[in-house]
Amino acid sequence: MSTVPMSRVPTHPAAVPMVTRYAMPHEPHYASATGIFSVMWLLLVLPLAGAAILLLGGRRTNRWGHLLATAAAATSFVVALLLFFALLGRSGDDRAVSQHLFSWIPVNSFQVDAGLLFDQLSALFVLLITGVGTLIHVYSIGYMAHDPARRKFFAYMNLFLASMLLLVLGDNFLVLYAGWELVGLSSYLLIKFWEDRPAAATAANKAFYMNRVGDVGLALAVMFMFATVGSTNFDTVFGAAAAGVIGYGTLTAIALLLLLGACGKSGQFPLQAWLPDAMEGPTPISALIHAATMVTAGVYLIARANPIFTETQAARTVVVIIGAGTILIGCVIGCAYDDIKKVLAYSTVSQIGYMFLAVGLGPAGYALGIMHLLAHGFFKAGLFLGAGSVIHAMNDEQDMRKYGALWRLMPVTWATFGICYLAIIGFPPLSGFFTKDKIIEAAFDKGGTSGYLLGSAALLGAGITAFYMTRLFLMTFHGERRWSDKGPRAVHPHESPRVMTGPMIPLAIGAAVAGGLFVLGGSVQNWLAPVVGESAEEGVHTMSPVVLTALTLLVAAGGFAGAYLRYQLRPVEAVAPPDAEVGLVTVAARHDLYANTFNEAVFMRPGQYATRFLVWLDTVGVDGAVRGSAAAVGGLSGRLRRTQTGFVRSYALSMLGGAVLVVGALYLVKVG
Amino acid sequence: MNPANYLILSALLFTIGAVGVLLRRNAIVVFMCVELMLNAANLTLVTFSRINGTLDGQIIAFFVMVVAAAEVVIGLAVILTIFRTRRSASVDDVNLLKY
Repeated sequence: MSTVPMSRVPTHPAAVPMVTRYAMPHEPHYASATGIFSVMWLLLVLPLAGAAILLLGGRRTNRWGHLLATAAAATSFVVALLLFFALLGRSGDDRAVSQHLFSWIPVNSFQVDAGLLFDQLSALFVLLITGVGTLIHVYSIGYMAHDPARRKFFAYMNLFLASMLLLVLGDNFLVLYAGWELVGLSSYLLIKFWEDRPAAATAANKAFYMNRVGDVGLALAVMFMFATVGSTNFDTVFGAAAAGVIGYGTLTAIALLLLLGACGKSGQFPLQAWLPDAMEGPTPISALIHAATMVTAGVYLIARANPIFTETQAARTVVVIIGAGTILIGCVIGCAYDDIKKVLAYSTVSQIGYMFLAVGLGPAGYALGIMHLLAHGFFKAGLFLGAGSVIHAMNDEQDMRKYGALWRLMPVTWATFGICYLAIIGFPPLSGFFTKDKIIEAAFDKGGTSGYLLGSAALLGAGITAFYMTRLFLMTFHGERRWSDKGPRAVHPHESPRVMTGPMIPLAIGAAVAGGLFVLGGSVQNWLAPVVGESAEEGVHTMSPVVLTALTLLVAAGGFAGAYLRYQLRPVEAVAPPDAEVGLVTVAARHDLYANTFNEAVFMRPGQYATRFLVWLDTVGVDGAVRGSAAAVGGLSGRLRRTQTGFVRSYALSMLGGAVLVVGALYLVKVG
Repeated sequence: MNPANYLILSALLFTIGAVGVLLRRNAIVVFMCVELMLNAANLTLVTFSRINGTLDGQIIAFFVMVVAAAEVVIGLAVILTIFRTRRSASVDDVNLLKY
């Protein structure tokens, strides 16, 4: 195919002289898009056109809008597959193809081009986004069949696909930022899709605000890059980072700001509180945006910016601490909720914690994080779609305490959900077993006390994950039925239609085989090596991998056994025990470990007081001065105009008085 | 004769005119008082012209007379019109233009 010589980006020699801040010629480090790659832009434009047609077409497109949107997603997936296989056909270090679209911001020395980059990393993401996205589009046809605003839903879904693809395909940080903001917008629009519910509207606002906090970090990081390197192109920035021309302090600052952005988007501590609330959106959205794709954008950002993170140990330490901490936060809270979607949301938070932990480990972990991300994309999307199927069957009931014994009634949902469930708790040989095990191993291999701490946190997380996921599975599908098909609250659970169960099957298959496919033979690691660097495989192992795997399985089995004893062998109360009867940890977990309380007390209330004070200052101070002077003038003139009596003789008197005064004054000046 | 006496007479005439303008209600009388004040001013001008031995004052006095004549024409026409519409020549009745 192309013969353009190309070498690995971070170590490209031409990147070294790019220290000057001004007007550096953009050298094409990536192969330019020729042949099949020249249709790269179609990936983005197809869903974008779908969204535009559905939004502008209005009610006319109601009848076939969802089909068009699904077709757009599917076509995009086909294009992604074609490009992926074309990429496979290229040699290993020539697998980064960029397409220049147009000159976006041409301002003297500040040149930003809108360009796409299809390399090993973005290829995997594009496949995940379009593939899972297409399946969820199909599922939504059934799930949203009776919703009067289904067309709008599909339009937003297509908009999300286009934004997410822009995020992962952008070849510079500014394009990435545009995608980053657009996915935030689509997420907002879809969380508040049922906007007549106050909870959904509030959740959407909360998600938007907390994302803004992270977005400010990302924006500042981009500005820092421009200030120090003079460009936002991946190759230029990474070249400068790898060549060491950015000071360590600046580099760490950029990395930490990127991390702030990643934490906001990925629901990591301390910005995790919005993600569980985002479950107010329709369940397909929870599956696509708030589990499989958008919330993993933070991991993508760190993996993409790996040349920066590799250079700064300090920032990576923060990343692993956040990752390990979030694993445990998510797990612990996940054990306490009875709302099936909230449990899955906290599970997402904790699984992304694993990915952060992995990418924070540096070159040893970038590929592991991406692998877990892809596997998670399958099993978590499958879990959410299964949960949606159950919620659909139970008349929108989300409380697991009102489920039970559904497995016979919903065999397909039970089977696919079960496979995804086994995958997430790391049951061999399903995907979670491979990917999570690798991360735990890498954490231990970090060495030293920190390695043991991180590894133990990840190991403990695996155990708790097994506990709460087993709890969720047993409470939903097994045990006694805690619902009734008679009386005022009657439900008639039934298997979902084909259009909904259909997409769950490929996801379950993916959840089953993806891990082995990725890990065995190091296929994904080798594939990603040109982007994220070679992992120091065969380094010193803190523990023998076999022992560690056995230990992980043992811990997970412990979690499973605990949940089995508690929720299968003993009956589950149909109403959650009140706070007074449960332990302190459970109470804390039920209150999201007081994250919302903390945010409210530390950020929201003072903010409200500050705004109230400013409003008071404005009404009393600024407006007061303006209104006061106006009132003074008005009052004074109201009195003064009384002298306009209309009697000509009084005017004559005042003229005379005035004349006398003038004469008197003259007299005083001249004579006196 | 002492020129100051003319000035005293002028001041007296002016005062009578001013008081008349302020106190009388009949528009014609008020008008005549205004004429009185103008002529008092003329007398002053002429007196000062005599005292200073220049002609300036006398010339200005002629101007004042011309202006006064024009004023009489306009003023009487106004008063007549008002009388026709309101059946009154009292200046206090014409008080519509006020706050």
